[in-house]
Amino acid sequence: MINKIVGSFDEAVADMVDGATVLIGGFGGAGECPSYLIAAVGRKGVKDLTIVGNTGGWGVDLLDILRQRMAVILNLPEDWYDPGLLVERGQVKKGILSFPAAPARILTPFERAVLAGGVEVELLGQGTLCERMRAAKGGIAAFYTPVGVGTIVEEGKEVREFNGRKHLLEHAIKSDFSLIRAHKADRYGNLVYRGTARTFNPVMAGASTVTVAEVDEVVELGELDPECIVTPGVYVQRVVVRPKEPRPWDEAM
Amino acid sequence: MAGERLDEQTMAIRAAKEFQDGMIVNLGVGIPTFCSNFVAPEREVLFHSENGVIGFGPIIDNAEEADENLINAGVQPVSRKPGMAFMDHAESFCIIRGGHVDITVLGVVQVSEKGDLANYVVPGKQIGSFGGGQDLAFCAKKVIALTTFSTKEGGPKIVKECTQPITAPQCVDQIISDIAVLDVTPEGLVLREVAPGWTAEEVQALTEAKIIVPPDVEEMTLL
Repeated sequence: MINKIVGSFDEAVADMVDGATVLIGGFGGAGECPSYLIAAVGRKGVKDLTIVGNTGGWGVDLLDILRQRMAVILNLPEDWYDPGLLVERGQVKKGILSFPAAPARILTPFERAVLAGGVEVELLGQGTLCERMRAAKGGIAAFYTPVGVGTIVEEGKEVREFNGRKHLLEHAIKSDFSLIRAHKADRYGNLVYRGTARTFNPVMAGASTVTVAEVDEVVELGELDPECIVTPGVYVQRVVVRPKEPRPWDEAM
Repeated sequence: MAGERLDEQTMAIRAAKEFQDGMIVNLGVGIPTFCSNFVAPEREVLFHSENGVIGFGPIIDNAEEADENLINAGVQPVSRKPGMAFMDHAESFCIIRGGHVDITVLGVVQVSEKGDLANYVVPGKQIGSFGGGQDLAFCAKKVIALTTFSTKEGGPKIVKECTQPITAPQCVDQIISDIAVLDVTPEGLVLREVAPGWTAEEVQALTEAKIIVPPDVEEMTLL
C-alpha cells in the first residue's frame, strides 16, 4: 500500500542533515509558504544549509511589522514562518535566490547575514532560478539561456552563440529536500493548489531527493479530479497536514 | 520656466496608452502596477504576473475582499476576472522567456542612452534583487521604462552610461517619464513627446545623454 502521509512536521524533516541543499517553495506571500516545514527545520537546528528559492524571507520581527502594515489590505496569518527564520537562527550558509534584498532601504535578515560575512549569495533572475530546478526534476544536466548575458549573472559561465545571440550555460541545481506547500493531497501524494499559491511549489516538487508537501487537507484517494491534479504523486515522498489553529513555530509538532 | 512634472498616476495613464487590444502585459513593481487601472475600456488587455496568473482584475485595497492566494508579483491582492488562468512558475516563465509578453513596464534606477537598464539594486545597497525583472527585460517584445526623469535629489536617471549595476543591456525600447517620452533607437535617444509646458531644450538640460530632437515632437496627451 502506498501511503505518503506522515504524522508530524518534525518526522517529515527528521533525516535532514547539516550542509543540506533545500528548495523552499513560495513566492513572497503567506498562502504559498511551507511555514510549518520551515519551522520544523528551525527546531531541528541543522546548520550550513544552502537554501534555494525566491526570497531569503523577512524573518520573525519584520513579518510582525509587515502583518501590521498590511492589515488594511490583507489579513496575514500569524502562523506565517518564512526562510528568514532559518537565516536569523544562523542555519544558512548560502542562498541561491532571486529576491534576497528588500526593495527598499530596510535590510532583510539575509542581507544582514551576507553583509556581516560568512553567508554567501548567488543571485539569479527568477526564470533561470526556476528553470535550473525544473532541469533537475526532468533529468536535464544544463541548458542555455540568453537571460543574464552582459550582467553579473554571466560571471564564470560558458557563453555560446545560437542564432546570432549569446547564451549562458546554466546547470541544474542538485538538492536534497524540497519543502513545498499545497492545498489538498491524497495518500499517493497527488497535489492541487489554490490560485497564485501554486508558484514555485509544483516546480520544486520532484527536483530534490526528498519532496515534502505541507497541505491544508488530505482527501480520500479518488476525490481529486485526475484532470485537475497539478503535481502527480510520483514527485512527492511525504505529505504533512497543517494544524487547524495557528501554532507557535518553536512548539514540537 | 519649465512646466510641471506629471505625478505618478498621470505617468501610469500615459504608459497604459501603449496597451493595445489583445496584448499580454506584465507590470513591474512600483509605479508600473498603477497602469492596470487605466486601460481604455474598449480594449481587452491581459495582465500577466510572474508568480503565476494571467488575466486578473484590478488591485484590491481592502482586507475583506482580499485573498492571500490571489496576489500579483508585488504581493498585492488582486481580483478574479472571467478568463483568468493560474499556472506554476515554470509555465509562467515560458510565457516570459518564450517571448509571449507584448509589453513590460519596468521601474528604473538608471537607463542609458543605449537602452541599458539598471533597476535591481536599490541605490546605496550592496545586494540586489532581480525578481522577474531580468527575464522580462531580456525577453519581452517591448520594454517600457517608466520613471521620473530625475532622482529625488535632482540628479539624472537617464544617463550616458549606467553607473549602477545593470539588469539587462540594450533592452529598453521606450522611456516614459514625468516630463517626456523618448524612444531608444540605434541612433540614440529620440524625443517624441514633452509634457505640457516643457521644451526639448529643458529636457536636454536635465541629462548628459544626447537627445535627438526631430521636428515633429508632440505635446504629451493621455487619451
